Amino acid sequence: MSEFTGVRGTVWFRGLTGQASSMPGDPKSVLTADAPLGKDQARFLCVVPDPHARFPCARHGEVGLEEGYTLATRVREVSEQDKNTTKRPIIAIVDVKSQAYGRREETAGIFLACAAAADAYGSARLKGHPVITFVVGHALSGAFLTHGYQANRILALDDDGVMIHAMHKAAAARVTRRSVEELEKLAKTIAPMSYDVRDYAKLGLLYKLLHVSNPEKPTQQEIRKVQGELIAAIEDARSSSVDLRNRLESKGALETRKASILVRSRLEAQWREG
Amino acid sequence: MSDQRLGANFINRQSFIELDARERATALFDAGTSRELVGPFDRVESPWLEMQGVTPQEDDGCVVMKGKIAGKAAVVIALEGAFQGGSLGEVSGEKMTAAIDLACADNEKGIPTSAVILVETGGVRLQEANLGLAATAELMASMLALRKHAPVICLTAGTVGAFGGMALAVGLASYIAMTREARLGMNGPEVIEQENGLDEFDSSDHALIWAIDGGEQRYATGLVDALVDDDTPQVVKVIRRFVSKGVPPVHRSSEVALYRSRIEALDASRQWDPKELRALWTTNQVEEEKR
Repeated sequence: MSEFTGVRGTVWFRGLTGQASSMPGDPKSVLTADAPLGKDQARFLCVVPDPHARFPCARHGEVGLEEGYTLATRVREVSEQDKNTTKRPIIAIVDVKSQAYGRREETAGIFLACAAAADAYGSARLKGHPVITFVVGHALSGAFLTHGYQANRILALDDDGVMIHAMHKAAAARVTRRSVEELEKLAKTIAPMSYDVRDYAKLGLLYKLLHVSNPEKPTQQEIRKVQGELIAAIEDARSSSVDLRNRLESKGALETRKASILVRSRLEAQWREG
Repeated sequence: MSDQRLGANFINRQSFIELDARERATALFDAGTSRELVGPFDRVESPWLEMQGVTPQEDDGCVVMKGKIAGKAAVVIALEGAFQGGSLGEVSGEKMTAAIDLACADNEKGIPTSAVILVETGGVRLQEANLGLAATAELMASMLALRKHAPVICLTAGTVGAFGGMALAVGLASYIAMTREARLGMNGPEVIEQENGLDEFDSSDHALIWAIDGGEQRYATGLVDALVDDDTPQVVKVIRRFVSKGVPPVHRSSEVALYRSRIEALDASRQWDPKELRALWTTNQVEEEKR
């Protein structure tokens, strides 16, 4: 858990859109705004903590039932509106600590709420919307699968407060029956286990790492710089395929995901044999 | 439970749950039509486990088979729950995604090809953490692309069930089938208890776990499409039916307005008896059918 969670999402959302509010009828935990980005009017989305959220296990910035379906609604709205016109960019600003761990959530099928959001983002991408993710804080586990991981391009801040991972340290140590110290030691040599965003960058999944001096207080100049990077990512996404193959064809993947590349080439060859 | 289920049929049943991943996949195909792709003799293993003192497996716990189901081309992907809890690693994940992509490419070439995923997993393999999570995201992306052309069918038979990120992938399926023995949920009971305490979820309460995550409840609340007995011929029948049905007019994960309104209507201030949801949501289902 980090003291950053929630602060950064709001700060960057406001910096990039000039506002920080939810749409009428939406829970306060999901910020949605349309704001200019280059020649486009982009849709920005962000999940933030709402201490008064209806569901008690989703009050600290977790992605829960309401967050999943709200993201799905607001992303689908854009692809519906742009059916016969230019596909606008969809920007996910990510600072999510986790999915909501609760009995109510499981009972009401949080897996579907999160799948619905991933469906919305992924389907928008397949329709030609440039979907760009900007990780400013935590991007953990099912929360990142729900909000951000279906993007054409993923950018992240180059900063110690940024963490992209399958599970937070304490829980990962428990599940793999290791101490946190042992886990940290392993993470130093095994890139996919690392909690450092610079190691994550080696996996070839990131489009770009961006440096700012203070991620909690970006300057106007830094915000303009980030906007420029988002615009470049949008252009890049528009000029290439709508699937995620760029992740496996990246320079980092050629180094780190050799096994993936081998699996794919063997499977392709054997698929055609029969 | 009817006498019939506990009587002769129960004794004569051919358990599907007792089959391993390879046997399960084989059982779903029309006899003699299946062949395994990138099987154990290819020895494409996880490159990350040995350095952590974990013995890898030649198929990385994932079996991919191509063949025919109900006379139509199909690919079956089966996770082996007995290897590392069916967890998604780099190799098993890429096997799944690449198989789905190849099925998608065949559809685009005019060869209709469905996909069946037999899910037995606790989710991402933490020894391969970020590559397992990325693999899940990529699998989900590929499922979204394929399901426009052909049905993607997920079956979780048990006993591991479908948890973690893979539960989200299951949520994207065209059709979901479960047995009574199987569980489907995003967060396992132990994780919930660890994160939010015993009052939130008592992970030793098995009745509670199945009342929430179990196949019967998921089916009764309309979150899955079929409840099937642990009997191989019946499982085969259900899969063949879904393959023949083709792509549904609307996928469950795209019915956002319906499910969002259901969540809005719930009283979030208390825990619910899972049976309450059966009453609330099946009523809706009946109304939907009337429309």
